[in-house]
Amino acid sequence: QRVSVEVLEHLEHLALVDFRDAEGVERLQKAIQFADQLHEVNTDGVEPMDSVLEDRWCLYLREDDVTEGNCTKELLENAREKVEEYFVAPPGNIPLLKLEERETFLQGS
Amino acid sequence: MTAWPGQPGRAGPQVRDRVRDRDKDRDRAGALLRPTALSPAAPAANGRPPSWPPCQWCRGVLRQDGGARPPRRGKERGRSAGVRRRRRAGRAMLRASLRQVSAALKEGRVAPTELCQRCLALIKSTKFLNAYITVAEETALKQAEESEERYKRGQPLGILDGIPIAVKDNFNTAGIETTCASNMLKGYISPYNATVVQKLLDQGAVLLGKTNLDEFAMGSGSTDGVFGPVRNPWSYSKQYKEKSVPKSHSEDEESNWVITGGSSGGSAAAVSSFTCFAALGSDTGGSTRNPAAHCGVVGLKPTYGLISRHGLIPLVNSMDVPGILTRCVDDAAVLLGSLAGHDPKDSTTIQDDFKPFELPNLTDVSKLSIGIPKEYHAPGLSSEILALWSKAADLFKNAGAKVVEVSLPHTPYSIVCYHVLCTAEVASNMARFDGLEYGHRSDVKDSTESMYAATRREGFNDVVRGRILSGNYFLLKQNYEKYFVKAQKVRRLIANDFVKVFRSGVDILLTPTTLSDAAPYTEFIQEDNRTRSAQDDILTQAANMAGLPAISVPTALSERGLPVGLQFIGRSFQEKQLLTVAKWFEKQVQFPVIQLEEVKRHDSDVFQHQKSASFS
Repeated sequence: QRVSVEVLEHLEHLALVDFRDAEGVERLQKAIQFADQLHEVNTDGVEPMDSVLEDRWCLYLREDDVTEGNCTKELLENAREKVEEYFVAPPGNIPLLKLEERETFLQGS
Repeated sequence: MTAWPGQPGRAGPQVRDRVRDRDKDRDRAGALLRPTALSPAAPAANGRPPSWPPCQWCRGVLRQDGGARPPRRGKERGRSAGVRRRRRAGRAMLRASLRQVSAALKEGRVAPTELCQRCLALIKSTKFLNAYITVAEETALKQAEESEERYKRGQPLGILDGIPIAVKDNFNTAGIETTCASNMLKGYISPYNATVVQKLLDQGAVLLGKTNLDEFAMGSGSTDGVFGPVRNPWSYSKQYKEKSVPKSHSEDEESNWVITGGSSGGSAAAVSSFTCFAALGSDTGGSTRNPAAHCGVVGLKPTYGLISRHGLIPLVNSMDVPGILTRCVDDAAVLLGSLAGHDPKDSTTIQDDFKPFELPNLTDVSKLSIGIPKEYHAPGLSSEILALWSKAADLFKNAGAKVVEVSLPHTPYSIVCYHVLCTAEVASNMARFDGLEYGHRSDVKDSTESMYAATRREGFNDVVRGRILSGNYFLLKQNYEKYFVKAQKVRRLIANDFVKVFRSGVDILLTPTTLSDAAPYTEFIQEDNRTRSAQDDILTQAANMAGLPAISVPTALSERGLPVGLQFIGRSFQEKQLLTVAKWFEKQVQFPVIQLEEVKRHDSDVFQHQKSASFS
């Protein structure tokens, strides 16, 4: 059961990573096939496990006290484009081009 | 019962004498490092060869007839006896255990700066291994100088003061480039130290550099990083070369080299080739134990929640742990003692107090119950490793331990479960790489989303992108229950398998670590990353699923002359018991020292020294 082009397109959009070629799509198909083996296991009445430390009440919320910070200069050092204390991004609110309009391998599928 | 190679019962009178000498003179500092009055090469006054503390790594310096080495001629003629003595001590030092080196530093027999310089020189001469991505020469020497000051004042910070250590390149290290072997983070200089790195530095350790890995720790061969694959030091060992049949006259070791395993291959290669005394790796599906087994070093995966993950660039948040690679089990315990404990910056570390421990020398294993899980006799397990595994089981049985066959029925599904959970968490964890705050940024300026897409297309390799896309697929609304939640349920079944087995009275599980010894690189790359990972992680992965501690101990050499390791899995947070048993096992098997041959194009007198000092 192959994945439809709509779903592939949707994935590219969600992940913001593209299937560069047929191999990429094939890789996904194989991954899904591999994962389908999970359905052989009977998991009736089994709760999903989020963390192996669930018995120890590990994930706690600490008090909302400021313990560190004031490191603006260090954090900005690694950004390529910045203005004063801001990271600069290209214009937002512009959705990724639709399948027909952008250059992607999926256009051919 | 057949003896292990090198076991006193088989090897002959010379070996037995050495063992007796070793036990008699419990001279912890090692007599070689304390020269006699006459000359460094003369035997000790009582006519017996120098004795050592029982450490496999020192055994390689003794000659087979029990005598000490003759004085060196040629190159070093004309140097004063004192310089020769110190040079020899310095070279032998690189092969010592962490504790021995620490003792020598404390007693002033070697200086931290000299140790650091030797390690750096060795890194340069073993550059062809490609184990290091970044060598932090200046900072390392500065740290060594500071350590030397502390030793002079008689105030060392602890056992790790002055010890050269390497760190896998997915740990953040302030001021040093951290790349995760990816284009996405090339040029990224971390603004902070990972907690484990900070702990090491606080104890005075000397950070030599960052080691190579698979891109973002995804892989089982250390072959998929942008800085190239890591070569296994054993490819250049006498043991491997003797057994390999050259296909033609012109073929040399260049095409025959074997992989280190992954993804912490660089760390394992660094420890195995003596460039550092310990290294940090990470373990998500076996990434520390797999290369440890292939490179003949000890690889420890601690219990999830024991060591802080703050600063470790995450792959799978619910399974990642920092891993420890050393040359013997005792050293791993030392490092564990320095790194474990609650970290307020990592909420997944347990809050219980951790007390560092010394490993007892176990002599009586009769109270131990060892479990042999039958599902670990996986398809594809080489007959050699199967034989070693049963030999190890017999070893325990004959020593009086209770050895039982147990069943972990959901083991065959652990790799599938891992595949789904890993890709799902990866999809989430890789979302932070968008080019805005750090890392690679594409030149595309049309819109934020197109810039993100272009950055990620340029920054990630096929493996990473493949996993992100698969992960996003499994997390789609229509697939969430079917795949992700289902995998979480299977995970509970796997974890419960272990709980049941440990509750039935078994203390430690004994399993193989890998399906076979290290494969040649040309063979390994025939299959893609996902297939290889699915094949190679099969024996190590379940311990990550259940969060249990596990350790790979080098056991013996395969028919091809390459190391093979066996894995011990323990109960949650029972590292002391696990390491005690591992130490006992290590002592029984006496894994041979690597005999690194002088590689023709690298004229390193360190290797020359090893060649003349080798014994088989």
